[in-house]
Amino acid sequence: MGRIAGPLDDVAGDAGHIGHPPRMGFFTDTSVCIGCKACEVACKEWNAIPEDGLTFTGMSYDNTQGLGADTWRHVAFIEQRKPLGLQDPGVEHGSYDAYDGVDVLGMASEAAARGGDGDRGELRWLMASDVCKHCTHAACLDVCPTGSLFRTEYGTVVVQEDICNGCGYCVPACPYGVIDQREDDGRVWKCTMCYDRISDGREPACAKACPTDSIQYGPLDELRERAAARVEQLHDAGVDDARLYGDDPGDGVGGDGAFFLLLDEPEAYGLPPDPVVTTRDLPSMWRHAGVAALTLLGGMAAAYAAGRRR
Amino acid sequence: MSEAEVTREGSLGQRPGREASPGSEGGRRRRRGGRRGERAMVPDAEFRSYYGRPIIKAPTWAATDIAGYLFLGGLAGASSVLAFGAEVTGRPALARAAKAGALGAISLSTAALIHDLGRPERFVNMLRVAKPTSPMSMGSWILVAYGPAAGLAAVTDATGLFRRIGRAATGWTALTGPAVVSYTSVLIADTAVPAWHEAYRELPFVFAGSGAAAAAGLGLVAAPVRETAPARGAAVFGAVLDVAATRLLERRLGPIAEPYRTGRGGRLMRAAQALTVAGAAGAAVFAGRSRAAAALCGGALLAGSACTRFGIFEAGRASAEDPRYTVMVQRGRREPSG
Ligand code: SF4
Ligand code: SF4
Ligand code: SF4
Repeated sequence: MGRIAGPLDDVAGDAGHIGHPPRMGFFTDTSVCIGCKACEVACKEWNAIPEDGLTFTGMSYDNTQGLGADTWRHVAFIEQRKPLGLQDPGVEHGSYDAYDGVDVLGMASEAAARGGDGDRGELRWLMASDVCKHCTHAACLDVCPTGSLFRTEYGTVVVQEDICNGCGYCVPACPYGVIDQREDDGRVWKCTMCYDRISDGREPACAKACPTDSIQYGPLDELRERAAARVEQLHDAGVDDARLYGDDPGDGVGGDGAFFLLLDEPEAYGLPPDPVVTTRDLPSMWRHAGVAALTLLGGMAAAYAAGRRR
Repeated sequence: MSEAEVTREGSLGQRPGREASPGSEGGRRRRRGGRRGERAMVPDAEFRSYYGRPIIKAPTWAATDIAGYLFLGGLAGASSVLAFGAEVTGRPALARAAKAGALGAISLSTAALIHDLGRPERFVNMLRVAKPTSPMSMGSWILVAYGPAAGLAAVTDATGLFRRIGRAATGWTALTGPAVVSYTSVLIADTAVPAWHEAYRELPFVFAGSGAAAAAGLGLVAAPVRETAPARGAAVFGAVLDVAATRLLERRLGPIAEPYRTGRGGRLMRAAQALTVAGAAGAAVFAGRSRAAAALCGGALLAGSACTRFGIFEAGRASAEDPRYTVMVQRGRREPSG
């Protein structure tokens, strides 16, 4: 039995794998996501995931709504009013302003109407491709009573669909709201980090399809280094909002196998700000339950003792 | 570019990560005006979410199945304790009623559990492994340890056969029964559901009290008045424990306990408290005098216990569906002042 909380260097080894490959993961850099949803589509295609409703939500360009049994990659769209700096076209024109006369969707005039000191770009459009975090301490895996969920040699978390009996326990256990039950099927489904592809030395379908390298796949150690450098780069460029999410092995889930670079608070993206694996508290839960059971025995004994006197 | 050579050992060669910096002021302006990027303009005062959508997934469980399972499991486990006491203190009618109640309740609760599975035919997969980190796995084994013995206890009592074995089985169910009652609280607390997880200290005691009250209720309904003195005591004990632990829970959780006070969960919890308190008070005062009064009080206690479990179930669901609770818990942890 592995550790249930805290930093853990060798997840796969902790789960009993010997001579395993390095832990693989995703670094999703949302700052370069263009919201094309290629990842969503590639995932659906590769994994033959059924259609799950064609709805119009009014939530910006997001009609997928969230991760679920039939959505293993989900691109979030967030529209914000936020005074931004200008994009640099990378060309010097002297006194000539390349932005003059540009009126895309009335944004420029709107910016002008809002006053400002010539700053344009009042609208900020955040896009982020969400996915299962393949937690170091995965609550879904911990609570699964059948052993259907398991830790692979790559340190990822995968459901064995031939074993899952659809008890649904993993669903409310996941602190990120990732895994869900497919209604007509009864079993639960989520991202496998393309177990079939990575076992064959290929990168996951979503990462492969991503045209901007917003989704980067690789050994987790390497990704963490790359992410740290990227945040620094953004901070140097004046993007002070840039932060990493899920990269810290000291966090409540022991760090995510799939972590992110965000440009706003996690809540804005529908992510929990400080998730903790529920099983961290399990020893204490069992202790409390034990004391409660003894209290029940004691109370009943007292009822009999009192009953005799009457 | 997306070209990287990925092998079994991982990706070879560094990918040229994208280096765009959207939203920054760009090198040219920065050189002129220094750092004027998108620093937080307004501190985030109000609660934020992604279009109000929940952060975690609410349980997929059906209330009738799983809240029913919690109630019936509590009734069964506590009834076994009541039965054992009745047996050793020479109250055969109470013992028989409690044993039969325990068997009926555990059978129904197991049926409810199986009914709720997405793949009921795969129920036996629960017994593939024994996982201490999974309360549902532990619970399945507790049911295996308890259920057949409860059957044996009830059947030997009803038929009068194999009395010694029956007595041993009764003793065994009295030992394992409390585990059946309290483990279900761990079952729901070991989730990311704010109203359940945050309440993990009090829930086992609520469940123990509620289970005792239900078992007492069943005893009052089914046994003759001359044998129900212990059941009346158990009713008072159960009600006091249930109500006190619930109060404590609400106080300690503060705003996170809101789903226990509002909406469907709140209505059920209020009904539960009224029924449990009335049932226990009635049991203490009137149930020793008339069978009809005893049955009425017993019914109230049973209904109260059921309402408690359904109320807790609904409160949990409401707390999962509103991202506010998830954020409140986690922000509160990070910033002790909040
Ligand atoms: S994000 Fe949820 S589903 Fe994915 S590994 Fe973590 S707990 Fe499991
Ligand atoms: S639904 Fe399936 S994968 Fe999830 S906990 Fe139950 S058996 Fe395990
Ligand atoms: S890794 Fe594979 S299964 Fe997971 S989101 Fe990407 S394409 Fe889908």
